[in-house]
Amino acid sequence: MKFSLTWLKDHLDTEATVEEIAAKLNAIGLEVEGIENPADQLTGFTIAKVLTAERHPNADKLQVLTVDAGTGDPLQVVCGAPNARAGMIGVLGLPGAVVPNGGFELKKSAIRGVESNGMMCSVAELALGDDHDGIIELPADAPVGTPFAEYHGADPVIDVAITPNRPDCMGVYGIARDLAAAGLGTLRPVAVQQVPGFFPCPMPIRTDDPEGCPAFYGRVIRGVKNGASPKWLQDRLTSAGQRPISALVDITNYVMLAYGRPAHAYDLAQLSGAIFARRAQDGETVLALNGKEYTLTSEMIVIADDKGVHDIAGIMGGEHSGCSETTTDVLLEVAYFDPTRIGDTGRKLNLTSDARQRFERGVDPAFLDAGLALLTELIVEICGGEPSEIIRAGEAPSGTKVVAYDPALAERLGGVAIPDDQQRAILRALGFGSDARWNVIVPSWRPDVDGAPDIVEEVVRIHGLDNIASVALPRADGVARPTATPAQQLERRLRRAAASRGSHEAVTWSFLPEADAAAFSEGNGAVWTLANPISEDMKAMRPSLLPGLLAAVRRNVDRGASGLRLFELGRRYLRGTSGHSDERLTLGMVLAGEKAPRGWATGKAQVFDAFDAKAEAMALLAEAGAPVENLQVLGEAGPQFHPGQSATLRLGPKTVLARFGMLHPALLKQFDIGVPVAAVELFLDAIPGKKAAGFARNAYAPPALQAVTRDFAFLVDAALPAGDLVRAIKGCDKANIVAVRLFDDFRGQGVPDGQKSLAVEVTMQPGEKSFTEAELKAIAEKVTGAAAKLGAVLRG
Amino acid sequence: MDHAATREEALARIAAAQDLGALEGLRVEFLGKQGSISGLLKTLGAMSPDERQVAGPQIHALREAVTEALGARKAALESAALEAQLASETIDLSLPAPEAPRGTIHPVSQVMDELAEIFADMGFAVATGPEIEDDWHNFTALNIPESHPARAMHDTFYFPDKDGQGRDMLLRTHTSPVQIRAMLQQGAPIRIIAPGRVYRSDSDATHTPMFHQVEGLVIDKGITLGHLKWTLETFLKAYFEREDIVLRLRPSYFPFTEPSVEVDVGFALVSGPDGKSRRVLGGSGDDPGHGWMELLGSGMVNRKVIAAGGLDPDEWQGFAFGVGVDRLAMLKYGMDDLRAFFDGDVRWLAHYGFSPLDVPTLSAGVGARA
Repeated sequence: MKFSLTWLKDHLDTEATVEEIAAKLNAIGLEVEGIENPADQLTGFTIAKVLTAERHPNADKLQVLTVDAGTGDPLQVVCGAPNARAGMIGVLGLPGAVVPNGGFELKKSAIRGVESNGMMCSVAELALGDDHDGIIELPADAPVGTPFAEYHGADPVIDVAITPNRPDCMGVYGIARDLAAAGLGTLRPVAVQQVPGFFPCPMPIRTDDPEGCPAFYGRVIRGVKNGASPKWLQDRLTSAGQRPISALVDITNYVMLAYGRPAHAYDLAQLSGAIFARRAQDGETVLALNGKEYTLTSEMIVIADDKGVHDIAGIMGGEHSGCSETTTDVLLEVAYFDPTRIGDTGRKLNLTSDARQRFERGVDPAFLDAGLALLTELIVEICGGEPSEIIRAGEAPSGTKVVAYDPALAERLGGVAIPDDQQRAILRALGFGSDARWNVIVPSWRPDVDGAPDIVEEVVRIHGLDNIASVALPRADGVARPTATPAQQLERRLRRAAASRGSHEAVTWSFLPEADAAAFSEGNGAVWTLANPISEDMKAMRPSLLPGLLAAVRRNVDRGASGLRLFELGRRYLRGTSGHSDERLTLGMVLAGEKAPRGWATGKAQVFDAFDAKAEAMALLAEAGAPVENLQVLGEAGPQFHPGQSATLRLGPKTVLARFGMLHPALLKQFDIGVPVAAVELFLDAIPGKKAAGFARNAYAPPALQAVTRDFAFLVDAALPAGDLVRAIKGCDKANIVAVRLFDDFRGQGVPDGQKSLAVEVTMQPGEKSFTEAELKAIAEKVTGAAAKLGAVLRG
Repeated sequence: MDHAATREEALARIAAAQDLGALEGLRVEFLGKQGSISGLLKTLGAMSPDERQVAGPQIHALREAVTEALGARKAALESAALEAQLASETIDLSLPAPEAPRGTIHPVSQVMDELAEIFADMGFAVATGPEIEDDWHNFTALNIPESHPARAMHDTFYFPDKDGQGRDMLLRTHTSPVQIRAMLQQGAPIRIIAPGRVYRSDSDATHTPMFHQVEGLVIDKGITLGHLKWTLETFLKAYFEREDIVLRLRPSYFPFTEPSVEVDVGFALVSGPDGKSRRVLGGSGDDPGHGWMELLGSGMVNRKVIAAGGLDPDEWQGFAFGVGVDRLAMLKYGMDDLRAFFDGDVRWLAHYGFSPLDVPTLSAGVGARA
């Protein structure tokens, strides 16, 4: 909402400067988005009198002037304007001034060998108009030496953002009322003069949709002359950022911008029969003023005549029935539309307009007659003509809202004690009535106010939020209590563990291209897909953390990265119960390309492999407190992975804590990645929580006796997972065996085809007494026995 | 009998021994069972007591001198051998050592941890809610009915799906639905912050379709705008680690708060070492060379919202606020392009990320310096 200071002063009697007004607007909740001050552009331009004008010695078209700019000695200025002559008064730009049109700074210079101390300016150079034929000529009484901005009366324009709850401030008058209430001047009341009708309204007016259009008031003014509107009106519209069109159009726009009251003027000659508000028919079309055709539905209200639709009610007029230069008889429409219906229609048609903004927020239902009177008065004054009587079809909602208020609420809610009489004064200035028992009557222009907290807001904002003192929140005694849940602690711990192991944490988009999401989903509509994505690349909610990380890998590789470790800890989005989402915290990690570059000690660059992924998975699970000793390494990591170089880590056969391995070459091809990538995905929700909190550990004293190790080598089927052998041995004598470490996996000479040799180091811990040879032999038999169950044969 | 000559000869030969083998040979020659000095010792038995009294000390002295010389020479040879070995083992330590990869924490996570730490000290827990929300939690319960113009303020991403109750599913446009969930789940009193991802259909240098917000909610008895003001001041001073943070409260409008307050914070334009000028928070925006920037929205929770959360608005009241986490990170740590947050560029992450050891603590200050 833009308006000039002059316009504001039409409605507000104030001496305040534009800066004071802006500060107050901000303080009362009308946010100033900017102030354009044309005077700022005119700094350094001064009214000056030409004393002498001589021909330039070296140029035919130039003159050398001496100019009195009130600076003492006359200044010498070279000028090319044909109208420059001794005795005239014009505008001199002094060195240092920046010419508004072109933005260049004036400097003392020599023009064709003659010194020049400034520039006499044209209208165009000062960006005050298009005239550049000569320099500005001011009246003979213009005060020489006065800054031109002051003389010109440059009018600052204030741009205010109006929140959706304040339709009353979508007119300059409403803003003036708020400022007056805040003590910045006196509101000038709207001077409404009813203009009597001279003849019955010749056009029948009615509303056929009393719900969507409860009131439709109108009258005809005949014999108007529609030309350009007067300068004061054009200036106001220009300051609001609107282009003046013609007097009739400008007047309706002016009443809307000044009072928040939209209206429409029809060319009566284009209407036939009667004019009325009704529901549109499904599929009905209308060509709107913006030149676009809109297809309407039966939910929408239109203004139509007997022949068809003219106007999308409350939003935009029609192309065919608007006023033009030839209009002589005009029909004025001042109506009240249901705000919800206007909002819905505007959204469905994706059509915004100044009228819609006001109607959907709720215009003052008690201002229809006043609006019509203001319009009539202005039209008759500017365009002439003779008004008809008024037809009032229907009536606008008129219920008065009364809010039971308690002035103590200002302190209880607003935190600031304001004396009752001051509260009453603030409310009165805003147009609220109140009785002795604090029943507050809400003015018709405030649809937003419907409860006591609204009244608190009104009182507190006008009183000033600066007056609210900070009050400390009550605080529990002692040191702050821990608040993080176990899940939150796990999340934070895993994030820092992953980074401390060398990976960079990334934050990638929650949404992906559909194909990327599909590559990681189970299918069957499991992926959440947006109806209105911002682009096709951001359409499907990620079912896994890996595709987003892979896209980041591609970008990094394209930028020349040869190896990278990235992880992300965030949600993946699955389908939940009863139509809701199931959002699961997941850690994804990708290890792409080179693990280590070529080195003086290590030779060629090393590439990440599946064991790097396993190492990360195991280390992170250990940090998470998962029982890593008991995890099973099983297959089925998913089709995204290399079938022979990937696995899942499970607690029991069903609970998958993580999957890891090399990604499938076909997947990498789909993601356009040319380096091998190892990946991990850790499912935080599957990791069992730590048992009961407590700081004491189980009692432990390091054993007095040294542990004993024995090596065993077995021949096993080549397909037997080594982990199975280790688990079997570990479990065969839990009392004595404390660790089993596999240290050799050999195939080749001395090992039959289809078999492999696995060597393990078994650590046994004696208790009170050292193992006897017999005891060691018994343990060894258990080891070989357990291995034998897997078909393993002890090697000689 | 004089053993001076024997002694001199033995000592000279020991000194001349060039390796441990030769030295051992000399030891056997002098002190072995058949050794020459061992032989001299054996002669003592055949002597008279008087002769023995003279010769005994002389022979023993000779034996000691030779033993000592052998030991000294052995130590010298060993030492020389070790030095020679060490000399042969010299390496070029200007060669690069194996590098352990260095990982980082993303600024968004770091700032969220900082916020959790600060607010934990004020008694706030961290709450969460779904990002794929239904329109009741995201809008209706927050006093944004279907036709409310405020819905147009949010450029909402919708799914074609409806939940079991026929509600439209969407991506939450703010963290405010967590207010409703917290009230419904835990009742009052409440002190929570709710950080998380939010989504709006908007994209340019300062807007991305996904970004992060943190919501704050206090529901209790007797909570006023004064508490809101204190909480925001305290939080922002702690977060920016500056005592001179100045807030300007402006009345505003949000459907879910009444009264509603927009909060500006004062900043100075300071030109950095790179010549670019940067907004540094601190001081009043009205001071010379300063300005105000809009930082967050807040207000007293609307009675209708408290009721939607299943609480009695006559009994409970409180405040809420919402602020952009990415924005807080940019203001504190100096990034200037929001889009880079979500690109995963390892160069950017290495530069703006934080050491995993920079766990925010109150005693060390929540900010990470390095």
